[in-house]
Parts: sequence; C-alpha cells; structure tokens
Amino acid sequence: MTCLVDVLYPEIAESAAALLADLGLGVDVPAAQTCCGQPALNAGHPGAARRTARTLLEAFERSEAVVAPSGSCAAMVRLHLPRLFHGTPEEAIARNLAAKTFELSEFLVDVLQVERIAGTFSATVTYHDSCHGLRGLRVGGQGRRLLEGIRGLRLVEMERSDACCGFGGTFSIRLPELATAMADDELDRARSAGADMLVGGDAGCLMHLAGRAARTGGPRPIHLAVLLAQARGLEVTGP
Amino acid sequence: MSTFRERARLQLATPELARTIGHAMDVRAEARERVLDGVDVETMRAAARAIRAHTIANLPQYLERFSDAAEAHGASVFFASTAAEAVAHIRRIVREREGRLVVKSKSMVAEEIGLNEALARDGVEVVETDLGEHIVQIANERPSHITVPAVHKTRAEVRELFERVYGARLSDDPAEITRFARDVLRDRFLNADVGITGVNFAVASTGSLVIVTNEGNGRMCTSLPRVHIAVMGMERIVPSFRELSLLLPLLTASATGQRMTAYVNVVNGPRRTGEPDGPEELHIVVLDNGRSAMLPTEYRSVLHCIRCGACQNVCPVFRQVGGHAYGGVYGGPIGAVLAPLMDGFESAGDLPQASTLCGACSDACPVGIPIHELLIALRRDAGAERASLAERIGFALWGRLWSSSLGYRASVRVARLGQRLVARGGRIRRAPFPLSRWTADRDLPALAKRSFRERWRRAGGA
Repeated sequence: MTCLVDVLYPEIAESAAALLADLGLGVDVPAAQTCCGQPALNAGHPGAARRTARTLLEAFERSEAVVAPSGSCAAMVRLHLPRLFHGTPEEAIARNLAAKTFELSEFLVDVLQVERIAGTFSATVTYHDSCHGLRGLRVGGQGRRLLEGIRGLRLVEMERSDACCGFGGTFSIRLPELATAMADDELDRARSAGADMLVGGDAGCLMHLAGRAARTGGPRPIHLAVLLAQARGLEVTGP
Repeated sequence: MSTFRERARLQLATPELARTIGHAMDVRAEARERVLDGVDVETMRAAARAIRAHTIANLPQYLERFSDAAEAHGASVFFASTAAEAVAHIRRIVREREGRLVVKSKSMVAEEIGLNEALARDGVEVVETDLGEHIVQIANERPSHITVPAVHKTRAEVRELFERVYGARLSDDPAEITRFARDVLRDRFLNADVGITGVNFAVASTGSLVIVTNEGNGRMCTSLPRVHIAVMGMERIVPSFRELSLLLPLLTASATGQRMTAYVNVVNGPRRTGEPDGPEELHIVVLDNGRSAMLPTEYRSVLHCIRCGACQNVCPVFRQVGGHAYGGVYGGPIGAVLAPLMDGFESAGDLPQASTLCGACSDACPVGIPIHELLIALRRDAGAERASLAERIGFALWGRLWSSSLGYRASVRVARLGQRLVARGGRIRRAPFPLSRWTADRDLPALAKRSFRERWRRAGGA
C-alpha cells in the first residue's frame, strides 16, 4: 500500500487493487501495516525504521504475495529488511516477507505473466525509471511493456530516463535547491521528448516532479497504476 | 566552515556549470558504454572486486613485498602515517637536492596532503603538467573531478585564464590552447630538478609503479629530472602484473572510456649503470593518513577504490554542482564516503546527505563498492554525533507512533486537522518549517480527505 500513497494518493492504491482484482486476484489490505521504515533508515535512524517495519512483518505474515505500487518501498522490504532484522528473532519472517514482495509492474509481468493490458488512453507519455526499482530491483522494462498494449498511447523515450529526479526522500528537504534543480532537469528532458505526461512507478518521485511542475509547467506526472486503471476503465471507489 | 548546502547553492547560481559538467559526464558515460559494449561487465566486476578485496585484506604483506622489491631496484620507500609526515619527508628530499623547480604529474594524494602549498612556502616552484591540472593550478583552484580536474571550466574560461596568466593571444580552439601549454611545459620539463608523480598501481611482486596519462607528461616527469618522487595511497597495491591486466583496462574504461590510455608508464627503479637516461634517484612515499583505521571497519571496501571517477561521471548530484561543492579533495559519491572517514564528521559529516541514494554510483563502480550503502551507514554514524535534537526526537517519536496502526491513524488525523491552516484546493503552497524547504519551490499535495485504508474499509474491502 505504502504510507505515502495511503495518505496522499489513495487513488494509486485503489487503482493497483482494481488492476489486481481485474485479473482475478483476491486483494487484502491488512490494517496493521504502517510504513516500511525507509525514511528513517535512510536518514540514519535504523532503530525507528525497525519499529515501523515490524508492523509489516506482522501484517503480511499470512499473505501469499505482497505487492507495492512503489519500487522504492518494495526494494526496502526486499533488500534492506532482512539486514535490518539480521540477528533478531524476526529475521526469518523478514526474509520470508522479502521473498514474496514485488513492485506492481514487476508482479504483473514477471509473476502473473501478463502479456498486455488492453485499454485506451490518449496521451504521449515518457517513462521515468525510479532509482530503487531500476537499480535495486532491476525493474524497468515491465512498466513500458504494460504501456505498449494501450490504444491511443504513444511512448517516447526521454534522454537519461534512468537518471534520478532529485526526490531522494529526506534529500528533498535537506537540499531543496539541488532537488529542485534535478526536477527541472528531468521535466526539461521529458518536455524535449515531446511528452505531455510522465509515467512512473513511485509516488515519491511523482510528488516531487508534480510539485515542481505545478509551479513551472511541464509534463504531468502520473502513476503507472492510475494510468493503467483509467485505460481499462476500472472504477475506483473515490472519496 | 561552510556546509555542503551553502556550497551547492553557490554552484547552482551558475546554471552554465551544470551544463558544462553534464555534457562532459555524458561524453564519458557514452564512451564507457561503447568500450564496454559486448563485455561481460558483471563478470569483470566480480573478478576485480575479488582482487581488490584480497589485496586489501592482505595489505600489510603486499606492502612489504612491494617495498622490498622496489628497494631491490634501487628505489627508497618511505611509509608516512600522516599527511604531515609525508610532506616533511618530501620537503626534505627537495631541500637536500637543492630543488628549485618541480614538475608534477597529476596526483590526488598530493592534493590530499597539500604538497604544492607546502613546497611553495619553501620557495620551490611547482608546475602541474597535466593540462587540466595546470589549468586548475593557474586558476588557484582545486581539481573538481578525480580524472578530469578542470571539467568545470569552459573553453572560453580556459582561454581567458591563459591570456591573463601568460599574456598570450589565443582562440577558443582546444588544439591551439594545448599547443601553447605544451610549449610552456616543455621548457619546464627540461629545466626541472625534481619530478613528482602519483601512482595508479604499485605492483607488489616486482616493485613497479604504473602511471597512466593521456598526455605523456607522466613519463616526462619520471625520466627528465634528476630526482623522481612518487606519492601513493597505501591501497594502490596490486599483487602482480596478472591482476594488473584486468584492473588497468578496467580503470581506463571506467574513467575515460578508453581501452588503454595513450601512455602507460611502468617505472622499475631509478637509472641503472649503463642506462642512458632516467632519474638518479627514485623515492616512493606510501601514505596511510587514516586509511589503515578504515581496515577493520564496515567501510573497508572504500579502500578497494581505484580512483577512476566513474561514480562522479554518473552521479546526478555531482553533475549539478561539480566537485568543488564537496569542499574537500575528493568530491562526488566516493568523496562523500572518504571525506568524513578521513577528515571526521565535524567538517564533512553532511556529505553523506549529499546523495539521493539513487545507486548510480554503486552500479558504475568497476570494483563493486556499495557506495550508496556506505553513505547510509555514514548517515547513521554521523547522525549519532551531528543530527539535530529536533531530528532525533522527531524520528524517535515517529518510530513509536507508527509502530502501530492506531498511532499511525491518529497521527494522520491530527495532521489532517493541522493542514487546514495551509492547504487550499488539495495543495499546499506554503508550509511551516521544515516543510517550508519543500514549498519554497514546489507544491506539496494535501493529505487526502480519506486515506486509502479508510476508503477500502468503507467500500467493504476489509
């Protein structure tokens, strides 16, 4: 679910859940989960990270597979939680959770073997590879694959689509001028590619880019799950 | 002492800088991809990492072997445990040989120990002979990149600099500027008493020094003056030429996208009887300066670094602000790891924060140093000393509150009440500190009226 999506962008989680249900899967959202702990771990506070991450260990212990609409949170669970709980009684549970956690596009393409998602969405879009999905989980092509099946959609590649957008969690608050310069750089590249939308798989990056685009204009950032659900004409419950 | 943020802002004030650096970095990254095309990079990286890990794990033995072999060739080897010891030793050699003019080939370790400044204070003229390094020297600056020291300078800036310093009339044509620099330097090479160089690799089995350059200045420095002094970090060791055959092309491919640099210089001691040229003396200075203290720590792998600068070439932060923003000798991702370890958290504790943790550095590192993971560990260690009380209390409180969904939901409800003061139409344009740092240049989305979990429950999902 991811905490950022839960409180800021519920439509992303709803879209993701709708997509999974559309494919015939039973979706469960355990209420006990809060946050994977990444903000604290990356800011240098592993103790606080362990406390919040523990809620995930309990919440998902019985789940068959855990799907996050975020490469960053999925990477945290898969790569960092086993280390964060290394040497504690929860280590085995953390390893088990890591083994069954997936980023959404990765889950659709690699696990469910979805070849294409049929739907219609009229836009010229470019794809932003989020760092933790791309370099942490080696996820990148899957999102593009899913977009290929959408009627009316044109996918254009921007230069350096694998470059960081400048969000970086607490980085975006600690070094705001630098983060903004990096967002401008990315929005410029997306604009030069001729895109009117910038598709990504991570709410953090999109929040950063959308926040900047709101001030300076530029392609509108949109989450892959939202685009796919809209293209399929899936209903999300709304507020 | 300024902060990284202050220095970064200074660099960002000149948008041209990011363009200049960005272009140069792209050229290098593309060249690197071209030269590594069809190469099994992962296998090479794994092999290189294994070599470096083995060498560093057995560093004392290899250093001893190197030292014995080099001395057998007639070199003298000095182990300096601090920068001050290294500088004092080199000053003594130059003074005793009555050195007046020193020609120098690029060396980051010489920068690290402040060698040029110390020799200048003794009245010795030091001339940097790598063109980029020479540009930086006459501009009274520091190198801004490990292998491309003047990457932050445009052609026009270089021309103006040469005109101002040498009174020459030049065009922006790099070839013309280079020709001019060559003439200036040729005279210096022929008249120098001492040549000082860095070392890219020191081969333990043979006592050889390996120096790579693209301008041939390295071998002018090692062959023309009477005395050659080589300075190296103690981690520059490779066991033998066998390992070098992998690490050398990996260095040049990662640094500049070349299969091989124009010059690869192998130095096996000073001139021997009967040889027509070469220096009369060779002095090798092996520097510790905090390195051995890193050996038993989780940061040991930073000593695997071969100083190729690939992490700088791909770093999205570096390309915006350049090396000077890091405030020390080593900039970019590897510098953000090295500086706090060498200089302490007091002066460099904010550098590990100068990263989005995007991982491009770790991906590019040819010897597989998990650079961004080391940055996370340094944030933890630095935080114990440096994090503000507010930050520490904030994260501790957050950790407790969000350790249950009850606390999570309660905090979201409170925040939702609070945002009524600042949110308009689903967005926040001005927020109080610390979020004001975000809203200064970006909108912040307001918290949704109902969270996903609330909507999900209402819809009967759980």
